Order: sequence, then C-alpha cells, then structure tokens
Amino acid sequence: MLTYLLKRVFQMFVVLFMVSVIVFCVMSFTGDPVLMIVPPTATDAQIAEARVALGLDRPLWDQYAVFLRNLLHGNLGVSYMFKRPALTLIVERMPATLELVFLSIVISLAIALPCGVFAGARPNNALSRAIMGGSLLGISLPSFWVGILLIFYFAVEKGFLPSSGRGTTGTLFGIPFAFLTWDGFKHIILPAFTLALGTLAMLIRLIRAQIMEVMRQDFIRFARAKGVTWRSLLFSHALKNALVPVVTVFGLQVGSLIAFATVTETIFAWPGMGKLLVDSINTSDRPVIVAYLMIVAAMFVAINFIVDIVYTMIDPRVDLR
Amino acid sequence: MDEKRKTFYRTEFFHNFVRNPGAVIGLAIVLFFLITVIIGPMITPQNPYDIASLDLMDAYKPPVWMDGGDRSFVLGTDDQGRDILSAIVYGSRISLFIGIAVVVLSCAIGTFLGLVAGYFGGRLDGFLMRVVDIQLSFPAMLVALFIMAAFGRGLGKLIIALTLVGWVLYARTVRGSVLVERNREYVDAARLIGLSPFPIILRHVLPNILTPLIVIATIHVGTVILTEATLSYLGVGVPVTQPSLGLLVKNGYDVLFSGLWWSSVFPGMFIMLLVFGINLLGDFLRDELNPRLK
Repeated sequence: MLTYLLKRVFQMFVVLFMVSVIVFCVMSFTGDPVLMIVPPTATDAQIAEARVALGLDRPLWDQYAVFLRNLLHGNLGVSYMFKRPALTLIVERMPATLELVFLSIVISLAIALPCGVFAGARPNNALSRAIMGGSLLGISLPSFWVGILLIFYFAVEKGFLPSSGRGTTGTLFGIPFAFLTWDGFKHIILPAFTLALGTLAMLIRLIRAQIMEVMRQDFIRFARAKGVTWRSLLFSHALKNALVPVVTVFGLQVGSLIAFATVTETIFAWPGMGKLLVDSINTSDRPVIVAYLMIVAAMFVAINFIVDIVYTMIDPRVDLR
Repeated sequence: MDEKRKTFYRTEFFHNFVRNPGAVIGLAIVLFFLITVIIGPMITPQNPYDIASLDLMDAYKPPVWMDGGDRSFVLGTDDQGRDILSAIVYGSRISLFIGIAVVVLSCAIGTFLGLVAGYFGGRLDGFLMRVVDIQLSFPAMLVALFIMAAFGRGLGKLIIALTLVGWVLYARTVRGSVLVERNREYVDAARLIGLSPFPIILRHVLPNILTPLIVIATIHVGTVILTEATLSYLGVGVPVTQPSLGLLVKNGYDVLFSGLWWSSVFPGMFIMLLVFGINLLGDFLRDELNPRLK
C-alpha cells in the first residue's frame, strides 16, 4: 500500500510538471505580454527596456526555469488588470466556486440516486421510461441556455430570484459563504441547479445501467430467496455493489463541474474563479490564466488520487499492482 | 443492388429500428437538420449576414404568434432587424459543419494511432496511452478553452482545438479492440501469406473493429456541438462573422433584459433538438450494436 501511494504521489508530480511545461510553452508562443504592460504611447526603446526588466529577452528554457522556481515559491505573477498577485486573486474567489460546486453535487446526488435506482430496478415501468427520456434530454441541453431560461423566468418575468451576483455572505472559519444567509441562498439556487443539470442527467444513466447489471447477478437472487425486503435489497445489496464505477465517474464529474463552473459563473456573474478565468481570457491577463490552470490542474490531480484511493477501499477486489 | 436493399429491409437491425420510436425520431431530427442545412440558404427569407438586406425598421419584432409579429419573420427579429429563423438556419450550418469536421478528423487520427499502438505495442503504445490517460483526467471543455484562449477565436482553430481533445477516446477504444483482434486466426493467416503490417491493419483488422467506432462517433457529434456552443458562448469559439447556434444564444442574451427573449431562446432550442436527436440515435446504435446486451 505504501509503495503504491508513493508511486502515485510521484506520478502526480510528473503530471503537474508536464502541465506546467505545456502551459508555459503555449502561453509563450502566443501574444507578447510586454505590449500588455507598457502604456500605448511607449517608444521602441521603452518597450525593449521593459522586455529586459521582465526577463523576456532571455532564452525560453531560462524563462521556464525562472517560472518554475517562482511557481515552487507560490509566486504565480501579478495580474496585469488588477495589479495584484494572481494566486491571491484566485484563492480569494475559490470559496465561491467551491460552494457552488458542492451544492451542485448535493443536488445531483439527491435527485440522481433515487431516480437511477428506480429506473434500474423497474426498467419497463412508464415512470422509468420518463426518467430515462428526461435524462437523455438533460445531457443534450446546453447548460448556458438553461441558465438563460432560468434567469428569464425567475428573475425577469417573476422577479423573485436574483439573476446575478452572490448576495450577502456569512462567514464560517473566516471564509465568506453565500449559503449561510437567506439572501445568499437565493442567489446560489439558480446557478447551482444550472450547474447540476448535466451531472445529474449523466449520473441517472450511469446508476441505472449499474443497477440493471447488478440485479442480474446471483447474489441478488439469493438475497431475494432469503426473504430480504425489496427496499433493503435495492438500497443495501444492489446499490452498494453498483456504486463502485459510479465513484470513479463521480470523481471525474467533480473536475468537470469545476470546469463548467466557468460557464455558469459567467452567466450568473457569480464571483468565483471560473468567471475570473473567462474575464482574464477576454482581457489577455496571462498571469491569471496560467495561475488558474496550474491550480485547477493540481486540484484535478488530487481528485484523481483520492478517487483511486477510495476505489481501492470500497472494492477489495481492486489490485494495487 | 435491388437484391441487397431487400435484404436490408429484412435484417434484425432494420426490424428493431422501425419498432424503436426513439431511434426513428432521432433519425428524423438528424435528417431534418441535414436537409435544412443543405437547402436552407436557398429558402430563408433573408441572408442574415448580408448587411444590405437588414433593415433597422424590422428590429425588435416578436415571433409571429405574438402581438406585433410579422408574417415574414416567423421567429421574430433581433435588435438589428435580423430574422431569427434565417440566423438559426445559417448557424445550424456552422454548428453541424464543425461537429462533423471534428468527428471525422478525431476519428481518423485517433483510430490510426490506436491501430498502430495496439498492433505494434511496445514503447509507442506505452507513450500514447500515457498521453491519453493524462488528457482524459482533465475535462475536455477546459482543455479546449485553454487552447482557444491561447490561439484566439476562429473556425479553423476551433476545429483543431476540439480535435486535439477528441482523438483520445477513439485511440483508447481502438487500441483495446486491436489487442483482442491481433491474436485472432485471421490475422495470423494474413501474416502467414506474407502481408506486411499496414495492409493487415487497414484491410483486415479495421473492418472488424468498426462497430464501437460508429457508436462513439455518433454520440461524439453531439458532444462536439455542445462544447462548440459553450466555447462560442464564452466568446472564445467561432468568430463574430460566422455565428454558430451557441454564439446566437450569447448575442441574444445581451438583449435578454430588454425583453427580447426570442433571440436567445430559439437558437438554444435548436441546439437542444439537434443534440437530442443525435443522442437518441446514438443510444439506439449502442444498444443494438453491443453484443453483450443481446
């Protein structure tokens, strides 16, 4: 187990190193950051001077070495727009994104588990067919469009839910969270539901397929013969065994929720790190883009690591090699 | 030819198809879009990107069934007097073109790399599968967003970015199938009669692994159209001069708060309809072509 853990930790760092090289190279070959910093009236001499001051006249590998050293010191550069460290900007906005992602996970699990189990246990029932049709529609919906519909109906037409921002936040452990106040909660409902929809639809389909697969197996027939009640059969015997692949996919889904939060946050003007990324792309604020990518890559690698560990814990058959 | 067609009508595949309402509806939707995209520009009331045909007097017209609607603008007009229905027809064209182009490219590249990796194995295989693993651990949308952020918006760049994130699925699936097929007798036989690797791979192995590819490619068209729409919505996808359905939704959103709901709601509805049709068809193909479920 320990060797396996060490091996995985080493792999994590290799992946992060590769991501840093790719991000650095791609960002270096596109656009000239000097022109973003100097005032538009700068002379050629001033531009050249700024280039030397920023170290952009040095060879690429040298620039990368500086970038990597700064990265390891937690220095990801200063935003061109905000004139503040990129890392600080992102860390400040992280709680907003994480609470949105967390609430979406709660919403999607709360709906997907019962719907998926039911549709898998009674595949030919009319309600199951409706659930499956709905979930197919759910994965076909562009999430930004759903957000627009919700804004139009609840904010513009009915006017009882706000369409943008985070509202008043309460603090927990010194970190501001919107869901702690009623006003903040009203602000988070629409974006969280919009973000949850795709995951929700996908999880229903996955859980249903797994339950159908498990229900065909012998131990279910034995449990039935033993006289286990239908509810206990479904939720403790079948669901427990169906959950193994669901956990893997779910881990990937958390990553994809963080990615799709960029879209949801942009629609609802939710002040999270995703909106910061999209704004930074539109203003070519390179340090922020690079910092976002490095932080998010680290988060994904960590999520994958946790998923692998959980996977080995819930399924004793998994071989650690 | 006639003989062949008759036998297709009698196959189990066709039999199951006509008895599956979802599949028939899916095919109908996809055909509807294909026909619209091909003949659409000939029958739309205006060319929405020919400035000369736009008239600001026509701006802010609601759909025909609402008060103040105009019969020549069935789904209403936007803030510049552009007919929404015409814009949707032209936008579907761009969305579908990107979807098909990306799927063809990713399928060709991914299949080729998967075939080579699976058949020859060794270092190349190890390296390719590492790349695939790492890339699959990052959401495709985010990788594509990063590429587009670095290179700027454009139709060609968008197709390249979506292909770069799309090929991995094909490579992985094809490699898995090739590992099984490689040890079959027919491959040994082909090798024994002295065929070199590439004819074996392309003429003998490839036809035997096409089934899962068809399923993946079908569903992939829908995924690409959705991802493209999302990127265009964020402003890093297609250029303003070639608006896809996703960009139309974004343009519509900018005027949503002045009550112009139809210019963002209808294009989005068409994205949903198109992707839903593709997914219905994909679902049917997956159930039908998967021998394990029979």
